[in-house]
Order: sequence, then C-alpha cells, then structure tokens
Amino acid sequence: MSDPGAALEIEGLYKSFGKLEVLRGIDLAVAEHEVVCLIGASGSGKSTLLRCVNLLEPIDAGRIVVAGEEITGRGVDVNRIRRGIGIVFQSFNLFPHMSVLRNVTLGPRKALGLGRPEAEAAADALLERFGLAEKRDEYPDRLSGGQQQRVAIVRALAMRPNLLLLDEVTSALDPELVAEVLDVIRELAAGGMTMVIATHEMGFARDVASRVCFLDEGTILEEGPPAQIFSAPREPRTQQFLQRIVDAGRL
Amino acid sequence: MTRGGDGRRGVAVALASTVVFFAVLAVVVVNSPGWDEVKRAFFDWQLFRESLPAIAEGFKTNVKIFMIAEVFILAFALVLAVMRSLKGPVFFPIRALATVYADLFRGIPTILVIYILGFGAPALQIEGVPTSTIFWGIVALVLVYSAYVAEVYRAGIESVHPSQEAAARSLGLSGMQSMRFVVLPQAVRRVIPPLLNDFIGLQKDTALIALLGTVEAFRQSQIDVAATFNYTPYLATALLFVLITIPLARFTDWLVARDRRRQQAGRLA
Amino acid sequence: MRKALITCLALAAALVVAATASGRTDATKAAGAIPGCSPASLNLLAEGTLTIGTDNPAFPPWWGGTPKKPWQVSDPASGKGYESAVAYQIAKRLGLAKGDVKWVAVPFNNSFKPGKKPFDFYMAQVSYKPERAKNVTFSTAYYYVDQAVVGIKGTPIASVRSLAGLRKYKLGAQIGTTSYEYIVKTIKPTRQPSVFDSNADAVAALKNKQIDGLVVDYPSTGYITGVQVPTSKVVGRLRQAGAGREYFGLIFSRGNVLVKCVDKALTAMKADGTLARLERIWLAQSGGAPVLK
Repeated sequence: MSDPGAALEIEGLYKSFGKLEVLRGIDLAVAEHEVVCLIGASGSGKSTLLRCVNLLEPIDAGRIVVAGEEITGRGVDVNRIRRGIGIVFQSFNLFPHMSVLRNVTLGPRKALGLGRPEAEAAADALLERFGLAEKRDEYPDRLSGGQQQRVAIVRALAMRPNLLLLDEVTSALDPELVAEVLDVIRELAAGGMTMVIATHEMGFARDVASRVCFLDEGTILEEGPPAQIFSAPREPRTQQFLQRIVDAGRL
Repeated sequence: MTRGGDGRRGVAVALASTVVFFAVLAVVVVNSPGWDEVKRAFFDWQLFRESLPAIAEGFKTNVKIFMIAEVFILAFALVLAVMRSLKGPVFFPIRALATVYADLFRGIPTILVIYILGFGAPALQIEGVPTSTIFWGIVALVLVYSAYVAEVYRAGIESVHPSQEAAARSLGLSGMQSMRFVVLPQAVRRVIPPLLNDFIGLQKDTALIALLGTVEAFRQSQIDVAATFNYTPYLATALLFVLITIPLARFTDWLVARDRRRQQAGRLA
Repeated sequence: MRKALITCLALAAALVVAATASGRTDATKAAGAIPGCSPASLNLLAEGTLTIGTDNPAFPPWWGGTPKKPWQVSDPASGKGYESAVAYQIAKRLGLAKGDVKWVAVPFNNSFKPGKKPFDFYMAQVSYKPERAKNVTFSTAYYYVDQAVVGIKGTPIASVRSLAGLRKYKLGAQIGTTSYEYIVKTIKPTRQPSVFDSNADAVAALKNKQIDGLVVDYPSTGYITGVQVPTSKVVGRLRQAGAGREYFGLIFSRGNVLVKCVDKALTAMKADGTLARLERIWLAQSGGAPVLK
C-alpha cells in the first residue's frame, strides 16, 4: 500500500537493456524531506534507477509512486509528472544556445506557463542565492564546470519540484570545483528538499544523507543510516566496496 | 631557422608555384590552334557590354523566383524533417509519408518535375488552377528542394546529442516544445553551411524555368547567343550568378562565426 | 503491284549506285554542272560526299517522307519537302548524285559552336543576320520568309486584324528563330513574351493557353494548324518592317570556300526558276491568311 507521507516509493523495479538486466527488483521508499544517497560501483544501476524515476527510461516490471500517484500506470501525463521531479545530470546538459537566464526560465515559462517578468524575477532570485547572479547573461560554454553544474541545479529548482534527483553531479568536475557544488546541495538538504543522490563522494554522503543505499548488481544490497553503513557495514560486498574506496584515499 | 622564417618561405614557395602554374596554363591555352576562334566566340567584349543590360533585366526574374522559393523551402523542409523525427508507432504513417516524399522528389530529376508540373498541370484545364509558368516553376523547385533540405535538417537534428532532449523533457517540456526550443535551434545552427549550399544550387536551378518559356537571365543570354552565333552572352549570365553567390557565402561565414563567438569560450587561433 | 514497284525502284537505285561508284570524279556526268565546282575540287568533309546537317525532328513543309531512325516526323533523305528538294538540287549542280548526300542530325544550338563542324553545311530554316555572319559564313538566300501568328480558334486573338491589336496578348516563339526578335522589335507587346527550347514546347504552351499566340515562319503554320494543334488557325501574316526582307541561308564554318560553289548553284536555281518551282510544289498554302499591318 502507498504511504501518503512518502515522497517516492519504488516497488519491485526491473529494468533491462536488451539482454543485460540492470535493475533486478529495487524496493525503495523515500519520505518527504529525506535525503537518500545511492552508492555503488559503476554499472550497478544508480543512473538507470534515477532515469527510471524520471520516466526517461521505460521500466520492464514494478511500480513507481510519486507523492501518492503511480507514475508508471497507463494514461499518465508524463510531462506533468516530470514537472514535479527535478533531475541534474553528470554532464550538466545545459542548453548551449541559451544564456544562463534563459536556461533557467525556459521550463517555468513554457512548461509552467509563467509570464516572462515573473519567471525572470524568480530565476534572478535563485541565481543570486547560489552566487551566480553576475553570470545571468553568459552562455554556458563560458562558465567553469562548477558554475555550469550549479546553473543546472538552479534550472531544476526553478520548476519548484517536490523531489530532486542528482545523478553523480560532481563526477565530471575538477576536484577544486566539487566543493562549491556540494555546498549547494548541502544547503538544499538543510532547507528540507527531498533528494535522491547518486554519488561517489563518500565524505559528502556521510555528511548530508539521512539514509545510504548500497547498490550492487541491480539490487539494494544494504541500506541504513550513514553512520552504520560507513562504519559498520553488514554485507561482505559492502565492506569490500568501502575498503576499495578507503584504499583509494577517497574516504 | 625560426618558425616565422619557415612559414614565410612556405608561403613564398606556394605563391611562386601557383603563379608559374597559371602562367604555363595561360601560355598553353593562348597558343593552342583553336584559340583565336574560341576567343572570338566566348570573349567578344562589345557583345558582352551590349547583351548585359537585357540579361540583368531577366536576372531579376531569377532573383524573384529564388527569394520566394527559398522561404517556402526552408519552412516546408522543416515540417518534413520534424515529421520524420516523430517517435513512436502511432506516428508511423507520418514518418512513412515524409520518407516517401523525400525519396520521390530526390529521385526524379528536377528538370522533369518542372516539365511535368509546368506543362502538365495547366493542361488539366481545371478551373482556378493558375497557368503562370513562374507559379509552377516555383512550386516545382519548392517540392524538389524541400526534399533535399529536409535531409539536411534531419542530419542537424540527429547531430544534437540526445542528452539535450532528455534535459528538456526532464523539465516537463512536451516533445514539440523540446523540439522547438532546444533541439531545432541547435540543429539549424549546425547546418547553416549545407543549407547555404542548397540555396546556391537553387539559384542556379531557377534557370530551368526557361524550359517553360519564361525569359529569365539564362534564356535571355540564350536568345542573344542564337541571334549572334556567339557565346559571349553566356559569360555575362555566369558573371551575374557568381556575383550574388559571393556575398551570400561571406554572409553565411559571418553568421556562423558570430554564433561561435557568442556561445563558445575562446577558440584557439 | 506495290511489290513490283519497290523491286523496280530498288533495281534503279542499285544501278545508280553502281554507275556513280565507278565514275565519281567525272564532272560531266551530272547535268547543269558549274565550271570550277567539280566534286573533286570542292572542300568537302568526306571525299565525294556532301554532308548536310539539320535539326531533329524535321518538320513539314521543309522536310517530308516517312522518317527513318534516328529521324522523327520526316526524313531529310526523302527529297520531299522544300529544304530537302533544294538540298538535292544543290548536290546535283555540284556534280553529286542523290546517293552522295549524307545527313547528320545536329541540334540548332550546336550548329554554330566554334571548332570543326560535323557537316559541310547546315540547313534548318536559319535566318541570315549580320551579327551571325560574323561567326559563321552564310550562303545567299534560298527562301525569303514571312512571319505569322497562330492562335486557337474562337479565342480573342483569333479575331485580331492589325499588328497593333496583337500588343495586349501573351506571345511566344521558339529559341533561335527570328520570330522572338520580330515580337520584341516590331510587335512590341505589353506582356513579356515566352521563348521555348523546341517546337514541341511552344506548341504545348499554345494548347495549354499559357501563350495566346505563337509567332512562327509562315510556311511552318501549315503543319502546326493542320497536324499539331487542329484547334488553331493562322491569325495573320506579318511582313517585315524596314529595309531588307528576312531570308533563310545555309550555314558554313567560317571561311569555308565551299560556299562559293553553293552560291553559284543557288544563283543558277533562282535564275532558271528552279527555286520558284520548288516553292510552288512544297510551300503553296491554301487559303492565304490576311497580312496584319
């Protein structure tokens, strides 16, 4: 049964690409204001899981319920669902032919139907809040990677989503730019945004997550509070994974 | 030897060898046995001056035709390209229609399309159907060129990385909105050079309207050639066509460069 | 009956071929030979052969007979039709027999290009013009030509009786004919006239009512109104304004001395009434159309 307080519920999610089974029965419930971090090796299915939640990928079996509504059912207005879910990608995916301001206001103006002054005022406020106000008329290619990713986050926030998905958003950044993006996410978490974050940044995950899920070969092998997962993982594979991270000096 | 020195020497050698090559070519041509006859038949400057005004007058028709046609071509081809890019089984008939159209009108030689429409349509004698050769010439050129330009647009659309569409759809934009605001603007910018190529081809193909009887630049020069048995008027026509092509090509270069300057961070010199 | 006739003709032809094969250079064999213009002394492409170029299709009344590949509509080698008859007369007077004449199909546009020509002379209702004569050599006239206007019966243009009355109509002509020049310089219509690549296109445009009237040389109107567009008629004939009536000449490559002998032949044909006789046979039109002034 759906829990009305849950922002996101995933039940028995299966997803294959051709013969390759990437997700094998994912069960996950995320409550409002929770921040869930997904960790795991490359290829474990983290990105695919997020793309399924956003309906960018069709699922093979299972159901996804967002704010009490089953979004994987028939006859669902996909565009409306997506307006309520924000997603930020590893490769930013800003629109190169539009200025930062236009990147941020496109969604609100065309998908939400906001008027131009209203949309721009809201965009300016968000850009100001995240220290990007002076970049509003620049084109994305002129910004640093960190700035671009922050703009991508602002673009997603401009739609006022109830749920924010972050897909390894710092993996493509130079190390010195990672911090500024993580700071933004920390702030969002402190502000109560419901988030599902796929990440390699273990230190960050330990700080900001209310819950950490370890994905291994398409299932959630272990989940729990960050203190437990990082200090005392139960499963051997989780231990192996974390050991490798520690050895690489990333924890 | 400094890099600058190498570069200068390289340029000097290139220049010198080009001059030598063309000088040798000129000598060979001018000393060939038939040169006098060819010179008289193709380079009669007085005839050139005399025939140019009437040819320029006819050229106005060519310009009118390609200006009108190009507008319709750019629009219609875009529709065809979008039709072909619609995804999903429900849109199969639309995709199929656009595909058949592109195959058909790229397959039939343009000259035949002009003949069939220009002489065939008025022959049906249907009430209200125009008989104007300019009208049918423009229709024929639009039908044919839209097929080619649609493929150019399609190449542009497919060159835009799918992650762009994914990002747009993730914001909640519909497929049409994402196409209109995110994919097409990028796609079209990328294919401006091949679009220009097709436009230049169109300018030349306006001469085909002469087949229907219209006296435009090529036909006017043909009339002068037949009246004098001298080919110099063709040179005048060629010159006019070249004269409009060059500014157009430079304008396109400027357009592309301006776009790059605006959007991209500094390029390597 | 027909079989016997054909056999006789074949025999006769064979005899002629045999006879001429043996005595090609005997100038006295041909009747009406011109002094100084024996076949051996002519500047011909191929020894003993007169190669004549003309356009394809070959239309009556200039050409006649049943066409043989690659010719269409008529057969230049038939000797029927005004131009064909004149050509064989010229050949005869140059000391060449019917079998010595070879025909090549050359589109009008190729007849005047510089360089070596594939014919000794070109014959296809080409009008003499001084500008043209700078680039090729013309023979003297073998026909003086009037233009005419053809229109569809029952249309407004069909009842025009004066030159001025033609001005408001959409007229057309074929490329390379002086008809277009006549339209522009003498008729001076208010609407831009159309010019077509070929007779077929011009006739199609007339049928489609894309032009109101087709300007063409008067003798050609017989075939157009009789065969190609039976719903058409000759609206009227157009006489040349100003000095110098238009005439057809044969085209030679520039400076070809053959023209001297051919001119002598044509002059003789004018003098002894041969040209006039051939005109009466091939170019007499019934129901002469009015001259528009």
